[in-house]
Amino acid sequence: MKLSILGARVIDPASGLDTVTNLHLEAGKILAIGAAPAGFTPVQSIDASGLIAAPGLVDLNVALREPGYSRKGNIASETRAAAAGGVTSLCCPPRTKPVLDTSAVAELILDRAREAGHSKVFPIGALSKGLDGEQLAELVALRDAGCVAFSNGLKTFRNTRTLCRALEYAATFDLTVIFNSQDHDLAEGGLAHEGPTAAFLGLAGIPEAAETVALARDLLLVEQSGVRAHFSQLTSARGAAMIADAQARGLPVTADVALYQLILTDEALIDFSSLYHVQPPLRTRADRDGLRAAVKSGVIQAISSHHQPHERDAKLAPFAATEPGISSVELLLPLAMTLVEDGLLDLPTLLARLSSGPAAALRLPAGRLGAGAAADIVLFDPAASTVAGETWLSKGENCPFLGHCLPGAVRYTLVDGRISHSA
Amino acid sequence: MTPLDAKRPLQLNHQGQLRHFLSLDGLPRELLTEILDTADSFLEVGARAVKKVPLLRGRTVCNVFFENSTRTRTTFELAAQRLSADVITLNVSTSSTSKGETLFDTLRNLEAMAADMFVVRHSDSGAAHFIAEHVSPEVAIINGGDGRHAHPTQGMLDMLTIRRHKGGFENLSVAIVGDILHSRVARSNMIALKALGCPDIRVIGPKTLLPVGVEQYGVKVYTDLNEGLKDVDVVIMLRLQRERMQGGLLPSEGEFYRLFGLTTARLAGAKPDAIVMHPGPINRGVEIESAVADGAQSVILNQVTYGIAVRMAVLSMAMSGQTAQRQFEQENAQ
Repeated sequence: MKLSILGARVIDPASGLDTVTNLHLEAGKILAIGAAPAGFTPVQSIDASGLIAAPGLVDLNVALREPGYSRKGNIASETRAAAAGGVTSLCCPPRTKPVLDTSAVAELILDRAREAGHSKVFPIGALSKGLDGEQLAELVALRDAGCVAFSNGLKTFRNTRTLCRALEYAATFDLTVIFNSQDHDLAEGGLAHEGPTAAFLGLAGIPEAAETVALARDLLLVEQSGVRAHFSQLTSARGAAMIADAQARGLPVTADVALYQLILTDEALIDFSSLYHVQPPLRTRADRDGLRAAVKSGVIQAISSHHQPHERDAKLAPFAATEPGISSVELLLPLAMTLVEDGLLDLPTLLARLSSGPAAALRLPAGRLGAGAAADIVLFDPAASTVAGETWLSKGENCPFLGHCLPGAVRYTLVDGRISHSA
Repeated sequence: MTPLDAKRPLQLNHQGQLRHFLSLDGLPRELLTEILDTADSFLEVGARAVKKVPLLRGRTVCNVFFENSTRTRTTFELAAQRLSADVITLNVSTSSTSKGETLFDTLRNLEAMAADMFVVRHSDSGAAHFIAEHVSPEVAIINGGDGRHAHPTQGMLDMLTIRRHKGGFENLSVAIVGDILHSRVARSNMIALKALGCPDIRVIGPKTLLPVGVEQYGVKVYTDLNEGLKDVDVVIMLRLQRERMQGGLLPSEGEFYRLFGLTTARLAGAKPDAIVMHPGPINRGVEIESAVADGAQSVILNQVTYGIAVRMAVLSMAMSGQTAQRQFEQENAQ
């Protein structure tokens, strides 16, 4: 379908473009930016004056819960929620049931995502079979089935030699490995950041060292194996500094942070609200400040939702008995806009961390606006606001931001030139 | 520090009276003093031939223990009976939850039996808050101990013990010794002592048994027992669980006793009239020498007696606060 978006402030962080202009789309691609090509007659035009047009957001971690956990969410519901948050491309982690360690599961996810058609899905394959950390998954077969990277999530390899071999094998085929660095033993049984708040509440702690000890090991193994590595869900200022050091000595590692880690701290736990139960845990103000600085400088080049929808019962128990995770992909854009509102980032930088940054980290064909690129676009009104939860599409209502008035409102999300969401 | 400043209106009614008793955090000194004064008056009841008062007549108090307990459960039962309440006690640890019933469902069932008050003990920190907030806001919830977080009636009975033996808190030095990290008693005591104006609160233990940031409670940390006990008025010993020998927290009971066990010789470093307290059950020869536990300075058995009076005070105050709140809400609804 031929479509023109007229009079938007077009921001493309990848090319540095930031100007009021028009976008012309055809056959799922951006045909031209600026004047319409000769003979181009759009079937539909969107008057986008006052709106910002940016690359559709790229979210590196959205748990779709399908197959296996459909009481928490499914591919249709969660990709629909993602589109409402301005997301056009997302990666889903391998912790499904069965685990995403075979081509069949990858194909099932991709088929259902295509059928739903709300946003593009790029699966992350399991690095080890069943995420057991013992036997390698068939990485090449998974790549051929569409997996863009490989991860063992928070289930770490207990045997360092096995991990080392997994990295060497992945490096052989230039595959990207995603680390969620957290030392199993230091984190075991922990519920919250080991600090005054957890001590006061009597919640078992997860020390900062749980992240940094694992990160140190993982960075050294990445260096030795030469594997492409992405570090996901950093929680500590110290961890971010270790990534910065590694990058400074030339290691091509990338990193992301969960958006909620840039907003919340462990002080949110003070009333034992299970909505703030996340893994790895919320840490201190100093950690939040360190993470924000690393996002600003680009050491952390991606902000992701780390969306984890849950059914109501999963959060309806004493803190320790609840399941960790926050459902928030649906609010990705307005929640991230709070960082601009608070003066922490300028708008083009924020959009870079939400689009070109994550796309580059995992080499996804997404995250930029340019002639010939896929017409994956978010149009939002920076002057309007979103009341979180006024409409809600995710199956998971486990979101501590419900009821908050957030800056910015997504008006249109276009995937391959097709309107996937409008409001 | 923020955690100590956080107010918990959840446990107070519109007039600032208790309606639940979840934690001592955020409770004003006047309220703590009122609990102690009320408990004092109930001590007289316990000394009478007929030990009952009719304050909770017609009310049903349900003790729900998700964790084993003898002393706490029994004293809560006695307290409720002396207030003329109907009392049922459920040891849930061995019944419903092993059949897969959730805490939420167990309590909803009990609520349907028209209980007016739950006394809850649970191994998860925050369990009592969860119940008061999400399960049964209409029922007065009394925390009988939640994980490592709080044991507020134990905290108050310890305060009553100190006040009755020392007269007040203003000039006291109090030492809490042993496994602070895993102890809800220690946390409740630190908060209560601070709120009641105790100027010198000390915690004594190895670093493996001290919580990170324990200084936030306004306490001084000692890792040497002799140094920490010097000239104190009150020594509160904590129970050391056997399982602490695993996972590298301590090498052995023997080494712990050598370093942190309270012996007659060590107690000599405290003030001559110092009292020795322990929430029980005691481990003789692990954290305390028999001669000290049974000695003249020990007030461990008095604590048990005071425990009944404190629990009577808390049960009656929370019941009246909850009733007032319900009336207030009904009037506002009309």
